[in-house]
Amino acid sequence: MSTRVGIVLFPGSNCELDVAEAVRSLGGDAEILWHDEPSLRGVDVVVLPGGFAHGDYLRPGAIARFSPVMEKVVAFAEAGGPVVGICNGFQVLTEAGMLPGALQKNAGLKFVCQMAQLRVESVDSVLTAGLTVGDIVKMPINHFEGNYTCSEQTLTRLRSNDQVILRYVGNPNGSLDDIAGICNEGRNVVGLMPHPERASHELLGSLDGVPLLRSLLAPATPGCADPLSG
Amino acid sequence: MSEPLHRALGLTDDEAAEIERILGRRPNSLELAMYAVMWSEHCSYKSSRLHLRRLPTAGEGVLVGPGENAGVVDVGDGIAVAMRIESHNHPSAIEPYQGAATGVGGILRDIFTMGARPIAVMDPLRFGPLDDPRSRWIAEGVVSGISGYGNSVGVPTVGGEAEFDETYRDNPLVNVFCLGVLPVENLVLGRATGVGNLAVLVGAGTGRDGIGGVSVLASAGFSEGEDESAKRPSVQVGDPFEEKRLIEACLALYDAGLVVGIQDLGGAGLTCATSETASRAGMGMDVDISAVRRREPDMEPFEVMTSESQERMLAIVTPQDLDEVLAVCRKWEVSAGVIGRVTSGGSLRVLDGFGGEVLADIPAASLHDDAPCYDRPRTPPARDAQGDDHVATTEGVDLGEDLLAMLLDTSWVWRQYDHQLFLNTVLGPGSDATLLRLKHPLTGRDTGRGLALTTDGNHRWCSVDPRQGTAMVVAEAVMNLATVGARPVALVNCLNFGNPEHGEVMWQLSEAIDGMAEACRAFAIPVVGGNVSLYNESGGADIAPTPVVGMLGLVDGLDVPPPTTSLVDGSRLILIGDHVAALGGSRWAFERGQRGGPLPPLDLRAHSRVATAVRDLVNGGLVNSVHDVSAGGLGLCLAEMAVRSGVGFNVAGIHGLAELFGESPSRCVVGADPELAGTVLRVCESAGAPTTELGFAGGAHLHVEDLLEVSLTEASSRYHDRLPSALGAGTTQG
Repeated sequence: MSTRVGIVLFPGSNCELDVAEAVRSLGGDAEILWHDEPSLRGVDVVVLPGGFAHGDYLRPGAIARFSPVMEKVVAFAEAGGPVVGICNGFQVLTEAGMLPGALQKNAGLKFVCQMAQLRVESVDSVLTAGLTVGDIVKMPINHFEGNYTCSEQTLTRLRSNDQVILRYVGNPNGSLDDIAGICNEGRNVVGLMPHPERASHELLGSLDGVPLLRSLLAPATPGCADPLSG
Repeated sequence: MSEPLHRALGLTDDEAAEIERILGRRPNSLELAMYAVMWSEHCSYKSSRLHLRRLPTAGEGVLVGPGENAGVVDVGDGIAVAMRIESHNHPSAIEPYQGAATGVGGILRDIFTMGARPIAVMDPLRFGPLDDPRSRWIAEGVVSGISGYGNSVGVPTVGGEAEFDETYRDNPLVNVFCLGVLPVENLVLGRATGVGNLAVLVGAGTGRDGIGGVSVLASAGFSEGEDESAKRPSVQVGDPFEEKRLIEACLALYDAGLVVGIQDLGGAGLTCATSETASRAGMGMDVDISAVRRREPDMEPFEVMTSESQERMLAIVTPQDLDEVLAVCRKWEVSAGVIGRVTSGGSLRVLDGFGGEVLADIPAASLHDDAPCYDRPRTPPARDAQGDDHVATTEGVDLGEDLLAMLLDTSWVWRQYDHQLFLNTVLGPGSDATLLRLKHPLTGRDTGRGLALTTDGNHRWCSVDPRQGTAMVVAEAVMNLATVGARPVALVNCLNFGNPEHGEVMWQLSEAIDGMAEACRAFAIPVVGGNVSLYNESGGADIAPTPVVGMLGLVDGLDVPPPTTSLVDGSRLILIGDHVAALGGSRWAFERGQRGGPLPPLDLRAHSRVATAVRDLVNGGLVNSVHDVSAGGLGLCLAEMAVRSGVGFNVAGIHGLAELFGESPSRCVVGADPELAGTVLRVCESAGAPTTELGFAGGAHLHVEDLLEVSLTEASSRYHDRLPSALGAGTTQG
């Protein structure tokens, strides 16, 4: 049976159809979950897509964390279910306290849409399991607030726990320690600024997002949420 | 004594008398205000309408031509494309961020009004020189506004132009093109049919922003010494999050078949939307002004009826569907309320509560059909005898430096735009033409075909000869599409000109329209929509005539990405197309103050042959790089190919300055694997397109035998550094 990926749609999200297209092209099932739905409909994986949830009012992700669906997402993650936040989704995950740190305005104070080079730093996460440490991959970034920051203690912890999964080669936004993506201690919650779905078709300039999405679509590992519950 | 009200509103004495004749009585102040906005140049096209009729508008696949909110073309596979181009020049000169942002918002509404999901925006931008601080402030604010609004509203900005020239000092041109896709059966028109149907105002509240935008801003120039900041309240303020929800709510209404007709609220606000929907259907409408949700207390009726507050739509729905319509709007957190009823008889009545006091009562159609139509005097300019062709000498001229000075990388602009959303962008900004995958808007099914888009303009060609210059602009667009393997399908235009009360400006406009008509007929391209922006002047000086075209093309088989403008090391370089060594209208000549003519000749049939050859080569996979020759001539064409790739070139057979920088039309440079070069030449020959072998791609220099040699490193740094060093990391606004 195909892996069922639930893509949360907040008002203002805009990458939900792109993620759905990429997931389907790799054989997965994609479902759009409206932000005030009371259930995750038993999906196997949750993706918080890019965009401007609730208009990014106040701060990116600051309002989205209060959307009703987020309670379910937190519970799903606590039960070990894989949750991936891409771009705005990463911002939501940090605002919701599901990942440490915060994403502030880019160092250049400009929106940046371009291809970025990334080094794979850890393959111990639901998104990078199918990759090799040290691999250099190409994926687009597209954000104004992608400049990762956190306290010194948090950074030390991220490093010692091998929670930094992707680093920029040539830092495009001022991120601390070149961080492009991290995971939680349980390795099942991942946030990243680059867009794997934008690097998943041969006509779009890179296929490097495919192995990441495939990792996500791999059959649920023991300990993850029962797909029939929730 | 103060001036009469109609003059303060921008109406002439004759126009006021005509209104009185139509009504058979003196209009009250609300009625006068409604006529003033609808009869403004911006809404009525009163100076240009007579001439626009000469453009060819019929063609294969055209579902909706000019006159609706956007042109619509059937592109096969059950998919139609809606496209339009608009200007937001004057608002952007005064308040760059909001001016540009609301320009994007407005054009998106024109597209989703037709039932289409907007999937691509392009921004042809023209600013004053980079050494002028105010022009830099405008450029920075405009780009931030497009980035801030466009990215957030979730529609990618996939291309455009960025030019800097003295003629746009104090009067920038901020044009915006948008394209949307719809299932053919979802096409919606802005018609208020069915007596008793309801007019539902959907979206933002109505405030005092943008009152009189069309008459105060868009239909008058800027005068010397005038405090432009005084016009700032006439600029609207945008909210992309409101617009994003509005787009999704409207698309959901269409999919559920809940809308009889719909119209966006743009210029002239409620007055325009209510009267246009009613008159297109031959109906009337009662508008309950007290039901209009407001942002501010104590608004006068004329303010409510002419406000240009953004992010609003007027949907015509049946009474039975109302509850369902309101439920869809609630889901998307979009406010909606009934403000009008469709009536028979053709009167647009503004009421204080249904059954309440009648505040205005005018024939809806008179706001459009009876708008004045002027045949303004046209005066050809007195030509000065100064030619420039004799300047074709290299003595005392540093060709290398002249070439370097023309290099400009616009990626500083478009890196700030999301140009990839929807996973369609095969070739994006910075290409000769944008190339998008064509997918079905509802099912997402990939058709395996591509949409190609380009926007083009050239004020130098058009100021030397507006007729031929405009034909050359259309031809350039055709060539740009050919470089990605596309055949042209339809065109929209944005005619940016000066003050139409100046005889020479009217002459330029009329000539430009004739040139566009000739070229469109020759290439069989219908004009499906357009916009005219007049009064682009400052301190009494008109801008150079700047017709801009947006052109749609189709690629039949999109399996692999087409070649780009980047050179491939070791390739043979071939010039396709003939030329005349002449500098008239060229960038090189203009930058030296030589603005005389004539333009090098344009042969539309020869142009088609070259475009066909290029298209065949690209689709046949026979070339590895391709770039059309346009502003800056062959020299700049080759140099751009080099700096974009990091590969130099070594070419010969370019004789003198006029061949290097002259802008003879109908030419393209291609790079080919040496083993395929013979085939390339044969394909061109059979298409009837002449060729010249130029040399090779490779090395660390830009080398033109006997003319110039500059290092690739220097050229690259000049190319890449120019905009960032002028505009810097900059500041953020808004």
